[in-house]
Amino acid sequence: MEALLFYIFSALTLVCGFLVVANPLTRNPVTSAMFLVLTIISMAGLFVLLNAFFLAAVQIMVYAGAVIVLFLFVIMLLDIHEVEKQPVNYFSVTVGMLALLSIGGVLIKAIVTSGVGDGLEAVTVGSTKKLGLSLFTDYVLPFEIMGVLLLVGMIGVILLSKKTLR
Amino acid sequence: MVFHDPTIAAVMHDTVQNSLLGPWGPFLMFSALKVVMAIGILLPMIAYSVMLERRVSAAIQDRVGPNRVGPFGLLQPMADGLKSILKEDFTPLHVRKAYFILAPALSVIPAFLTIAVIPFGSKLGNQSMVIADLNVGILYTFSVVSLGVYGIVIAGYASNSKYPFFGGVRASAQMISYEIAMGMAAVPVFMLVGELNLGKVIEYQANGAWLIFKQPIAFVIFLVSAFAETNRLPFDMPESETELVSGYNTEYSSMKFALFFMGEYAAMISVSALMVVLFFGGWTLPFFGLNETASTFGGGLIHILVFLAKVAVFMGLFIWIRWMLPRFRYDQLMDLGWKTFLPLALANIIITATILWIQHL
Repeated sequence: MEALLFYIFSALTLVCGFLVVANPLTRNPVTSAMFLVLTIISMAGLFVLLNAFFLAAVQIMVYAGAVIVLFLFVIMLLDIHEVEKQPVNYFSVTVGMLALLSIGGVLIKAIVTSGVGDGLEAVTVGSTKKLGLSLFTDYVLPFEIMGVLLLVGMIGVILLSKKTLR
Repeated sequence: MVFHDPTIAAVMHDTVQNSLLGPWGPFLMFSALKVVMAIGILLPMIAYSVMLERRVSAAIQDRVGPNRVGPFGLLQPMADGLKSILKEDFTPLHVRKAYFILAPALSVIPAFLTIAVIPFGSKLGNQSMVIADLNVGILYTFSVVSLGVYGIVIAGYASNSKYPFFGGVRASAQMISYEIAMGMAAVPVFMLVGELNLGKVIEYQANGAWLIFKQPIAFVIFLVSAFAETNRLPFDMPESETELVSGYNTEYSSMKFALFFMGEYAAMISVSALMVVLFFGGWTLPFFGLNETASTFGGGLIHILVFLAKVAVFMGLFIWIRWMLPRFRYDQLMDLGWKTFLPLALANIIITATILWIQHL
């Protein structure tokens, strides 16, 4: 049962992820964004199979529910027909391919050399409390640094979007 | 006839266990039964909410309202449904077809999915009355509710004309803004309860006071955000028929239009149910020993009825407010969400945390 679900969700993730960047039928950015939603939802399915319910819910809530809605918001305000008519930019395709191959190579190397273990025991079976506790005790420094990083990003965006600085 | 529930349930349990499905049998069958039951309650509730809306609006505006079909007009929802199905399903030529068909479905499905984690009763026989007793129940609800915006945004995009498009863009900004306030408003509730499971929230309230008395500010923020999330007046910016000729659903007709309508009412019902669970003790009542988990079949039924009655009160509130208040302006709506409710909700979290900290000293 779980293996079957794993294959279904990972196939969906891969196919939808492919259709986000290279849809053979249309170059409509809205379609890409919608396939990105599907990719994220199927990834949430994979998280559920790993017993990471919290992560799955947050993944859908933050990415599918908010970030991509904002993507759509921006895409809709652009002139989509212009974007669709633009020729394929071969330079970015080549660079993207190179990046993909190198990251893929690193990942495959890592998986092959580390060897597949017996699988870890699911320590936090959907327990949000444990996640919160370890975030605020063992990993409090990385957590705080990430918060500061996000804050910096936010302030930067506010600064850029302001037309005149007093 | 008296139902001696344990026996009935036990017999059913054994019959199913010995059938083809094996050990998963009872779980699958009872889950399927509960799904059918929940949808079977939800659909008539949607139909009669529309009916109630029309009668209440008529009463408020000193009209009669629909009273011709059946006694007191009680068969009006059937007539409405039949009409929606029989009308011509017209697709304008200029629309983006795939999205045009997808959008109504996208607005109904999330609203229906939300009820999966809501405990709508204590126990019937030995089955607890919640379809999926998730540990992260509330997060599931918020994530599914947050998907509801796609129906409207995609409808606005697919219609490929100006006013629906404005409706879609407004919806995306509005729903994201109020989702944050809504989520933040619910945080103190879970700080008090210490669990994200909705069943545990009800248990906590049954053992003490309802959370409305402990978290009135959170409730007010949650209630107003619920109005904004379901696009009801005074926050129906995406629809606003006076400026946008009914906004995102302008190009829709027949059953596709009816689906948007159903989606709106289903979302109202699920958000009402959520408020009942979070702030009004769910299926419990502090008298007649109704705080305990039901031990008899009749008790279980009474709990379900209590829950439905509480939800109905909120539906009444939704409808009443709609016909009493004028629409907000768009900038007022954004100011209210970002500059009033979000800081208020954050302050509420800090205050709750401080009180909890002092209590634990």
